[in-house]
Amino acid sequence: MNLTPEEWTTIFLSLRVALLATLICFPIGLGLAWLLARKDFWGKSLLNSLIHLPLVLPPVVTGYLLLIAFGKKGVIGAFLEQTFGLVFAFRWTGAALAAALMALPLMVRAIRLSIESIDQRLEGAAATLGASPLRVFATVTLPLAAPGMLAGIILTYVKALGEFGATITFVSNIPGQTQTLSLAIYSLLQTPDGDAAALRLILLSIALALAALLASELLAKRLTRRVTGTP
Amino acid sequence: MIEISVKQSRPNFTLDVNIKLGHGITALFGASGAGKSSLLNLIAGLQQPDSGRIRIGSESLYDSKARINLAIHKRHIGYVFQDALLLPHLSVRSNLRYGIKQGGMEFSSIVEFLGISALLDRRPSTLSGGERQRVSIGRALLSAPRLVLMDEPLASLDIERKREIFPYIEQLQKKFGIPVIFVSHAIEEVARLAQHVVVMRDGKVVAEGGTQAVMNLPDSHTSRFEKTSILTGKPASYDSAYGLTTIAHPAGNISLTGQLPHGKTPVRIVVRATDVTLALGKPKDISARTMLKGTIAKCEIDGSPIAIIHVKLEGGEELSAALTRKARDQLGLDEGQAVWCLLKSVSIDERWIAST
Repeated sequence: MNLTPEEWTTIFLSLRVALLATLICFPIGLGLAWLLARKDFWGKSLLNSLIHLPLVLPPVVTGYLLLIAFGKKGVIGAFLEQTFGLVFAFRWTGAALAAALMALPLMVRAIRLSIESIDQRLEGAAATLGASPLRVFATVTLPLAAPGMLAGIILTYVKALGEFGATITFVSNIPGQTQTLSLAIYSLLQTPDGDAAALRLILLSIALALAALLASELLAKRLTRRVTGTP
Repeated sequence: MIEISVKQSRPNFTLDVNIKLGHGITALFGASGAGKSSLLNLIAGLQQPDSGRIRIGSESLYDSKARINLAIHKRHIGYVFQDALLLPHLSVRSNLRYGIKQGGMEFSSIVEFLGISALLDRRPSTLSGGERQRVSIGRALLSAPRLVLMDEPLASLDIERKREIFPYIEQLQKKFGIPVIFVSHAIEEVARLAQHVVVMRDGKVVAEGGTQAVMNLPDSHTSRFEKTSILTGKPASYDSAYGLTTIAHPAGNISLTGQLPHGKTPVRIVVRATDVTLALGKPKDISARTMLKGTIAKCEIDGSPIAIIHVKLEGGEELSAALTRKARDQLGLDEGQAVWCLLKSVSIDERWIAST
């Protein structure tokens, strides 16, 4: 199956968008997951609900809200453009931002569950050995939560590869700019005689998703073995 | 000197403890739910009391009035947990090194002391319970603690493994001079290891003092199987043909199986009240090899079928015997009466013997 330059562009763009989305989503997701798993504070339920909102809202709504906030006239968008020259609307970075937001609940859930499953007394034991809270987090919590973090990263990446509704609403469908695999498939399906070309991309996206899942399965097994110390 | 004076209220449970501990091995003894582990957690900083203070020497770890609450990692208190709590993602070596302090104890000497050099590259999940507990002790020691807390360090171990760990705990204090507070609900552990006992019940201290004195207190334990006494004496001779050691005691010779290091240091022998038989005259045709002479100091009798007889042995030590109330009545045992206390040598093994 020889790919045309346009198809390559679409694939690389999708991979790039998914990668950036994961990079944005991971630190934020980790912080939120830790907060929800280990701390009690006022408004915790509200925060939890807000994080899960993209999961239950129609993606078009999420995309529209992003457009309002991060568009050129949006409060955050205008501020970012003026101070950092950073523009999200109708750019590939915007596609990544939309995908990151849509995947955030998945990332937070996966990491939160794995942090909650860590025996907190292990963290206490590390503290009695003279480890500061930061060191405990870095040397006990993080490594033991690694399988969950990996799961969160893979889920986010795969979700970002396939994100459609929020992306098309926020950054539109510009070939070479914001047209990821799913948007390209959608466009082809709208074109007469586009079915064959669409099928190629469909097969490609199935292959990509499958490869990502298989890789994560393998990695997760290894990591779990590492963490628990079972041979 | 370790000074603990704390109050902590929880729904259905109040901890109210006020004790001063010296530098030896102290046992916190009591049934589960008495607040022993909570007290350890308060000392380590894993929990906070509502009020009070905790001091080691002149340093306050916690003082509600002065608003001092030292963070766990700044307290320098080693903690050996019941289930060891080794970090599962690290090797034994990394676990031992986790809290290592400059100028603290030498890594190699601790590894050698605990006999764990062969385990260094293994993962905690591949260790036996006793091995895990030794690594846990080593990990605590290497963090250069000024106090070691042990929460039922032996509870999850079988008899053989317990015997394996006993000497290390004894040595902690003797060899390294680190005070130890350990929690236990097993009387033989307390009698064997502790110099000082704090008996807790429902969050309060009900008795405290030297181990021997506390053990002999009436009503300091919950069941007749826990009623024990401690006798001390010096190993006088060893009969190699039969493998028996004779301990010289003012009330008579105590015969024990196995060889004990013979010399000037007296040993502590823990005797369960259920292993003691009383006789009015000195019996002749009987298999028990140990007969100790004394007079009945007190008969503890309530409505139950069991009577606990406290006998003051010649030389001043006390020995408790658990009898049926019927036997006591039929023999007509009463205070002031002279009796012989018979012990089966085989009921005392090395678990029940400690050097003083």
